[in-house]
Amino acid sequence: MSDTEHRLPERDRPWMMRTYAGHSTAKKSNELYRSNLSKGQTGLSIAFDLPTQTGYDADHELARGEVGKVGVPVAHKGDMKQLLDGIPLDKMNTSMTINATAAWLLALYIVTAEDTGVDQQLLQGTTQNDIIKEFLARGTYAFPPGPSMRLIADMVAYTVTEVPKWNPINICSYHLQEAGATPVQEIAYAMSNAIAVLDAVRERVEEDQMGRVFSRISFFVNAGVRFVEEHAKLRAMGILWEELGRERYGVTDEKQLRFRYGVQVNSLGLTESQPENNVQRIVLEALAVTMGRNARARAVQLPAWNEALGLPRPWDQQWALRMQQVLAYETDLLEYPDIFEGSVVMDGLVSELLEGARAEMAVVAEHGGAVAGVDYMKAALVDSHRERIHRIEAGEQIVVGLNKYTETEPSPLMDEEGGIMTVDLGVQQEAIEALAAWRESRDQAAVDAALAEVRRVALTDENIMQATIAAARAGVTTGEWSQALRDAFGEYRGPTGVGEAAAGADDQDIEALREEVDRVSDALGRRLKILVGKPGLDGHSNGSEQIAVRARDAGMDVVYEGIRLTPAQITQSALQEGVHVVGLSILSGSHRELIPDIVTSLREAGVDAPVVVGGIIPEADEQPLKDAGVAAVYTPKDFDMRRIMRDIVALVAEHNGIADPAAAGAA
Amino acid sequence: MAAAGPPDGAALAARLRDGDLAAAPAVLNLVENRGAAARPQIAALLGGVSPTALGAEAAGHVIGVTGPPGAGKSTLLSTLVREWRGQDRSVAVLAVDPSSRRSGGSLLGDRARITFDPHDAATFIRSTAAGTRLGGLAPATRAAAHALAIAFDVVVIETVGVGQSETEISEVADTVAVIVQPGSGDSLQFLKSGIMEIPDVLVVTKADLGQIALRARRDLAAALRSAGSRDTAVVAVSAVASPPVGMAELTQALDAHRATLDLPARRLASRRASALADFVVEHGERGLRAVGGRRDAGRLLAAQDPGDDIPTLVAALEAAAPGIMGTA
Ligand code: B12
Ligand SMILES: Nc1nc2c(ncn2[C@@H]2O[C@H](COP(=O)(O)OP(=O)(O)OP(=O)(O)O)[C@@H](O)[C@H]2O)c(=O)[nH]1
Ligand SMILES: [Mg+2]
Repeated sequence: MSDTEHRLPERDRPWMMRTYAGHSTAKKSNELYRSNLSKGQTGLSIAFDLPTQTGYDADHELARGEVGKVGVPVAHKGDMKQLLDGIPLDKMNTSMTINATAAWLLALYIVTAEDTGVDQQLLQGTTQNDIIKEFLARGTYAFPPGPSMRLIADMVAYTVTEVPKWNPINICSYHLQEAGATPVQEIAYAMSNAIAVLDAVRERVEEDQMGRVFSRISFFVNAGVRFVEEHAKLRAMGILWEELGRERYGVTDEKQLRFRYGVQVNSLGLTESQPENNVQRIVLEALAVTMGRNARARAVQLPAWNEALGLPRPWDQQWALRMQQVLAYETDLLEYPDIFEGSVVMDGLVSELLEGARAEMAVVAEHGGAVAGVDYMKAALVDSHRERIHRIEAGEQIVVGLNKYTETEPSPLMDEEGGIMTVDLGVQQEAIEALAAWRESRDQAAVDAALAEVRRVALTDENIMQATIAAARAGVTTGEWSQALRDAFGEYRGPTGVGEAAAGADDQDIEALREEVDRVSDALGRRLKILVGKPGLDGHSNGSEQIAVRARDAGMDVVYEGIRLTPAQITQSALQEGVHVVGLSILSGSHRELIPDIVTSLREAGVDAPVVVGGIIPEADEQPLKDAGVAAVYTPKDFDMRRIMRDIVALVAEHNGIADPAAAGAA
Repeated sequence: MAAAGPPDGAALAARLRDGDLAAAPAVLNLVENRGAAARPQIAALLGGVSPTALGAEAAGHVIGVTGPPGAGKSTLLSTLVREWRGQDRSVAVLAVDPSSRRSGGSLLGDRARITFDPHDAATFIRSTAAGTRLGGLAPATRAAAHALAIAFDVVVIETVGVGQSETEISEVADTVAVIVQPGSGDSLQFLKSGIMEIPDVLVVTKADLGQIALRARRDLAAALRSAGSRDTAVVAVSAVASPPVGMAELTQALDAHRATLDLPARRLASRRASALADFVVEHGERGLRAVGGRRDAGRLLAAQDPGDDIPTLVAALEAAAPGIMGTA
């Protein structure tokens, strides 16, 4: 080996560094972006609020509590213009985490650029636009699978010629791992998903365009704390991708075959307990995606140390950005060629993963591919997650500070606000008023005509983009565009995956719990019945799914209807189903508005069952919820679901005047 | 807080007779209650809605919807409910899901597939676990169907299965619709071999799947003919197409079956079959032997008043089997 083979002639340029950000209003978010850019961040990553992501305006019933919470609300071209004010769109690389309404947000971006004199040919960036993973893990879908895939194919076909530097879709495996996927599942489902998209696009473009189309598809992946295996996973994905390009789509150009990906590292493993430990986890995970040059990320965004507490403040995000900067600029990481070339361990791990992924891809293909196989994959993810939780409960998987080494000094990182950012509750009202003013000010006839055209095109084979861009120009709102398509395409509820989840292993704990459930059920006259409800637009379903499955395994009858329910729907279900206890799960931060609404609505309907709540509930909010009538509050630190189940059974017993056998025996 | 006793069955019956749909949740809470204190109240409820009390059979249409897992029953019901509500008919759906043998618990998944307007007082959906019994309907579901049929225009029971469960559901429902999806060769075989009883209406779902749906419909129609049925309607539907396909045709087929039916005879048979089934659930094969076997039990039931409700009939069986009470 010559002297220079183990060094690069020139240090590599670092990957693109982003911070996923946005909140409250377009104006506030614009200020945040500008300040982040001035700190050395090199790209924009826009977080939209849930109403914008699911296609509702701020005044919709389901938007309650969610406007401006976890991202920025963008209702029309005026909001987009304000959001991007002063940012040079011909130079900026903008990533938008937007899926069901991606065509619409891209249209708003294009129209905003147009208004500032930038041609769409120059725009660079990414729309996430991966609907299959929304059905599987993320929950911000709006339309049924068929029409959703068609919208994606339309966008790809449009951008490939009209916005050639745009990545119209980012195939996401990130969210799958966050929903419990194993590395093999993450690879297999992402690749199956890519196949579904490419097959759909193939029907809409000329054959000779497929190489270009293939090269525009990028990935958004995850990296967990088992960072050696995670690096192997990325190498395996690169190999599979190239193989797919050559064999299935006839791509030959090496450059077009390259596997390009961005990352957000694992957040599911970040803890509420001893949250400072998350910093180590994040740095190690960042290594997974940067260590080997042959499979290095193009763009990285890191979560913050307080991930499991609530939304990060600017300082928390700055810390996360600094982690990347230390890695890229202080270490020698970027001075070498691939450091795993020829590694027996790495090659071995890669081939293990490839084998597993190919087998699982074959199973998905047997289910008719990724679209038809959504139900199968969803159930498989719920099941993997069930196993992950079991390993943590049993102590087989060590999580420092959570199930081991739990003794701790008080954390000086916490302030009076609980170490998180809180969004002003007045934001929604402001947004509703601004929306009304916007509707007043526009040419309604032009809006009606534009929406009629969107509706017409939706029912034909024509590409949806032109009509969408015209609607954006006319001042149509996010909710209006989405409703036009809901009218044309119909609505859809994703599968919950819980019905098929296997029962956990029978052990002493669960047996004892079942006996107690049987005893209380006998005293009640019928089996203990629980409603697990997910109010609002929150798509975080992991917790509610696992609670539902565990409650069944404990012997309860469980009603779980999936995500996105209004307080009225939850009330009606609780009443009609005659449940003994109502469990609500909210992680998106809308609990302060929605939970008291639901308790009131339940009581008004005559349902007196106790209500328990779980999710990301900052400590300061616990007492107000209890004052509103909530019996118990659980957060991620309560990782032992066996205990939660025992509490629930005891709560039902107490509420119904059923004596505790232990107490009775002692008396 | 002290445990509240079971609700007053006679009062619930009165509410149902007055057409008070809001009584439905309490009715279900009562009939599902297996506790000793609930028994007399359930008897009072069912007595209060019996043909004897009403002077006629309950006017609602009891429809059984059954078929293999995943055939599209709940998705279809979601659309059908909307169709019926559009015709201004009130609807109660009783969705039965299997229970886990290991834990006794269940995940009641049908409700998630049925979209409903939470502000509409005339739609009622209740999920019930089949309990630890092998297959078939829980006693509560039979009782609920009989009770709700006097207040609701349509009462639908959704159950999973092919074979055994149609037999059970045909004992309760006025009209049985079997739901199959395209490519379900099993159903074809079951039909031809007679394992599956001939349904009143056969529905092929997922018509949006095109050619295979068409072929499935043709094959099933042929199988029905070869199994000797001349008047079973075969309807192809798609509940996910926008707008849905086949809904008007399906509601018409269900109505047409009901119109040709000898309702009093079917209901009478249903009550007697339900009573026998409930008796067996309660007292087992031993109880059955004590009344002289299935045939004698049938004869005894046939001798009762045609207007009798299920608990009254069960009591008649129990009276004929001295020695079984209190030892079960
Ligand atoms: C996994 C995850 C995701 C996954 C969700 C996958 C899924 N299908 O659930 C993905 C990647 C899709 C995701 C997406 C988003 N996420 Co997220 N996500 C998380 C994360 C990392 C873990 C949550 C989790 O699943 N934990 C595992 C489960 C088992 O735990 P759990 O739900 O907390 O449940 C436990 C208890 O809370 C309790 N419990 C929960 N529910 C119930 C119910 C009952 C009845 C009972 C008794 C108990 C109970 O019991 C469980 C036992 O331990 C958290 C941060 C964190 N580390 O907690 C952020 C977090 C919840 N996400 C957040 C955000 C903002 C988002 C996005 C909205 C971002 C955006 N702007 O687009 C999106 C959109 C999601 C959507 N549609 O709503 C924020 C919410 C901020 C806030 N509350 O103020 C968090 C806190 C991260 C952060 N700090 O910014 N996310
Ligand atoms: N293409 C298509 N899919 C459908 C249709 N109806 C239902 N499905 C899908 O079939 C799957 C099963 O639907 P369900 O309605 O839950 O079926 P089910 O018979 O009630 O299932 P179980 O209650 O579990 O036995 C779901 O994924 C539905 O989306 C249809 O008309 N067309
Ligand atoms: Mg069903």
